[in-house]
Amino acid sequence: MARIELKGIRKSFDATEVLGGVDLTIENGEFLSLVGPSGCGKSTLLRVIAGLEPQSAGEVTIDGSVVDGIRPSARNLAMVFQSYALYPHLSAFDNMAVPLRMRRLSTIERLPLLGTILPSRRREERTIRADIEKIAAQLEISHLLQRKPAQLSGGQRQRVAVGRAMVRQPVAFLFDEPLSNLDAKLRVHMRAELAELHRSLRSTFIYVTHDQAEAMTMSSRLAVMIAGELVQVGRPAEIYDNPRDARVAEFVGSPKINMMPGRIRDDGRIEVFGHVLRLTSSQPSGNCRIGIRPERIELGGGPFSGAVVHVENMGAEAFVHLGLNGADARLVARVNDVRRLPDIGSHLSFNFAADAVRAFNSAGKRIDVTAEQAERIRERAIV
Amino acid sequence: MTALTKISIWSMIRHVLLIAGAIVMLLPFVWMISTASKPPSEVFSSELHLIPRHFALWENLQMAFAKANLWRFLLNGVIVTVSIFVLQVLVALPAAYALAKLRFIGRNALFALVLFGILIPPQATAIPVFLLLHRLGVLDGYAALVLPFTISVFGIFLMRQFFRNVPDDLIDAARMDGISEFGIVWRVMLPAAIPAVTAFGIFSVVAHWNDYFWPLIVLNSEHLRTPPLAVAHFRNAEAGTNYGALMAAAMVIIAPLLVAFLLAQRRFVEGIALTGIK
Amino acid sequence: MSDNAATIGGLAVPISIPKRAAQRRNPLLLTPYGLVAPALTLMLMMLLGPLAGVIALSFTDYQLGAPSLSWIGLANYHEMFGDRVFWTALRNTLVYVGIVVPGAVSAGLAIALLIQSGTSLRSLYRTIYFLPVMATLIAMAVVWEFMLHPQFGLVNGVLREFGIAGPSWLQDRSTALYALCAIGIWQAAGFNMVLFLAGLVSIPKQLYEAAEIDGASSAWARFRLVTWPLLRPVTTFVVVISGIRSFQVFDTVHVLTKGGPSKSTEVLIHSMYTEGFEFFRSGYGAALTVVFLGFILLLTLIKSRLADRGAQYA
Repeated sequence: MARIELKGIRKSFDATEVLGGVDLTIENGEFLSLVGPSGCGKSTLLRVIAGLEPQSAGEVTIDGSVVDGIRPSARNLAMVFQSYALYPHLSAFDNMAVPLRMRRLSTIERLPLLGTILPSRRREERTIRADIEKIAAQLEISHLLQRKPAQLSGGQRQRVAVGRAMVRQPVAFLFDEPLSNLDAKLRVHMRAELAELHRSLRSTFIYVTHDQAEAMTMSSRLAVMIAGELVQVGRPAEIYDNPRDARVAEFVGSPKINMMPGRIRDDGRIEVFGHVLRLTSSQPSGNCRIGIRPERIELGGGPFSGAVVHVENMGAEAFVHLGLNGADARLVARVNDVRRLPDIGSHLSFNFAADAVRAFNSAGKRIDVTAEQAERIRERAIV
Repeated sequence: MTALTKISIWSMIRHVLLIAGAIVMLLPFVWMISTASKPPSEVFSSELHLIPRHFALWENLQMAFAKANLWRFLLNGVIVTVSIFVLQVLVALPAAYALAKLRFIGRNALFALVLFGILIPPQATAIPVFLLLHRLGVLDGYAALVLPFTISVFGIFLMRQFFRNVPDDLIDAARMDGISEFGIVWRVMLPAAIPAVTAFGIFSVVAHWNDYFWPLIVLNSEHLRTPPLAVAHFRNAEAGTNYGALMAAAMVIIAPLLVAFLLAQRRFVEGIALTGIK
Repeated sequence: MSDNAATIGGLAVPISIPKRAAQRRNPLLLTPYGLVAPALTLMLMMLLGPLAGVIALSFTDYQLGAPSLSWIGLANYHEMFGDRVFWTALRNTLVYVGIVVPGAVSAGLAIALLIQSGTSLRSLYRTIYFLPVMATLIAMAVVWEFMLHPQFGLVNGVLREFGIAGPSWLQDRSTALYALCAIGIWQAAGFNMVLFLAGLVSIPKQLYEAAEIDGASSAWARFRLVTWPLLRPVTTFVVVISGIRSFQVFDTVHVLTKGGPSKSTEVLIHSMYTEGFEFFRSGYGAALTVVFLGFILLLTLIKSRLADRGAQYA
């Protein structure tokens, strides 16, 4: 178990900067997801922590000691790779035994023929076997230990890879998109298993994914990375509800948050589609963007209106796509009652609550807004 | 920092070892060029020097061309290798197409024969093929050099594997357009198979340009000699007396392939690596 | 396609099926045979027929130009097994294979590993090491002969610099075969290197990273854990290919030593050549060919056996 600190991590490949100064502390026993669109540098950051990639600047600290320049093997971290990276010529058992043999056996004991007859090697092998069998039982793969990776299904390989990481009791686990090679159903199942594993091990997990749903459902904290920068770090609910950046707001949540062009008027009030909201901002006047989550759009009544262009019925819920009159913008609204869905082409009016509004300036940074009357905050946003 | 110095030390060792090996690999070429550039007085001196004092490459080349009809031998090489390759493609492509895409009784048996044929080394069939050509009365001629190699089971195998990846829809579309099966081979499959044909072409041309065994067996007449045969005869006639001209002749013989290789290295390496599959 | 057309036609006008189907099918039924006919004919004439022929000939006393031949059973084989030259040739061939295969395979592997262990000048090195594969072996053999010239050659010249008197390599019966082996290794190493390079490139990078994290901190440990086992299928393949190619050694022997001095470089294919094409004893030459074929077959069997085993964890 470990506390991992990153200070000003930078990384460039040739002329391109992949990481532009990342500061992050991962607390002991935490499940932290590094999440972001592909190419944002999250995998590179993980590889810097693992020691597979030297950073160009900054330092990595594990439990208070700086590990820069220390080999990956000496950092006592375990990693589960996207492709699992199981040794194809070794059985599941031998795959799991590699990290133990590498650590517990001397070079002489590891020799193919001579090594096996040494009594010390036999003793070590017994404890290694016991350790692996214990972990295998925990992961329910005891019956698969003699198989080669090629004889295992995707989910089974995944478990062996996790087992290989667990046997040596590392101070932290690093996961590099470990579920992305599984089919959708198995992925959802493995999410629950990994989260459970984290609760039982109480070890530090650092988990890289581009799938926001994965990150939201498993982790205790999320670190959203975009274009080599950490844009926001926080609990999943906080990130979802209170994004500090338009890109974070758009990345998290499915379907995507509705982003509408708005304007801050000279008197500080915010205007959207020609309607003035009961919200004021202290920011200078100018263009801004208004984000509202699909579930916060209230259909059937209100000053705004749009034509229904598409309806997605998911069974338990439905999403209504609206084309706004007189604007190119499109909105998605969630409808909980799928028995009463509007017809395509019909016109609907809608509204949203004042506290559903998240405003961003033209640079994409969140701007604070205050409702005009604090006690009526649940009221409609429109006069 | 220690990691960095370690890396650069290793990188130095790597280059030192590779350069040492490269010198061994290149030494015969260097020695050949060096000797071809020396006048006889310097060739027959026990003192080692690579760079000639008197540059005599031109004289040696002239002598080589005067003693042997090198142009004719190079031309023979071109005629033989090109004919072999063209005929191999003409024979192999239709068969490969039929094996890959058509259903007919005996297809699997034929493919098994092809696979078996790949295993037969050319030396194994030399005596009966020689007797057959003798019976046909075509020994000591271009036909004797070309005919035995018109069938390349390896070429059929290679093209067949390639054709299997051509989508059936493409062939059906061609049939809908009214192209005959024979037309499909040349107008649909051949254009699709250009990369494989190129690789096979390099493999075939290199193998037959460098072949020594078969021309040695079937040729008698001087004017038909292929390049390797020409070098061997040149050596038998001149070795011990005229190393400068001999090395110049060797240079001329290996030059066409080496120049082609240096111009299109990737393709050549791919083509030659095919020999490995064989 | 013809099947479809027939079914559709059949649904519409059931009575006309047989006639129509026959008309539509005939060309397509014969076309495949038309397409494979030239290849099949040539294959039987130039490959399979001669293969059967060589085995049959080995049981006859046929000599080129002789008016008739007679069946003499195993007499050629009896003569062969009683001939000291045959045993010398066989021994020399095996020595050649036994030296060139390990030499060219390990050299190829070492070069490939060295080239792949860094990033700079990769393609330049690859080109240099591949040059001998491309160069006409006969021409290069002649160059080697002069390099090994006892008096004016480069090799002995260098040895002289160190005060060593080099032997007359190709004229000395104790060194001639080894000199040919050296040429064989020089020529084959680059070819093996290319096959090994292809094998190395196909090893997933993540396996090395996993090894690094699992504690394989030295280059040797990673080689043992990842490179060597994953390269094994390529290695067995290269070993067998090199074996088959060196069994066929002929060019250098014929042009440089003609099997001499005193049969010290006599090899199987060279014996076959002299018997079959210089003395025109076709029957006896065929028997030598059959022995050669036996060895090639053995190597091929080993290859397919090992390939099957390799496929298990592919």
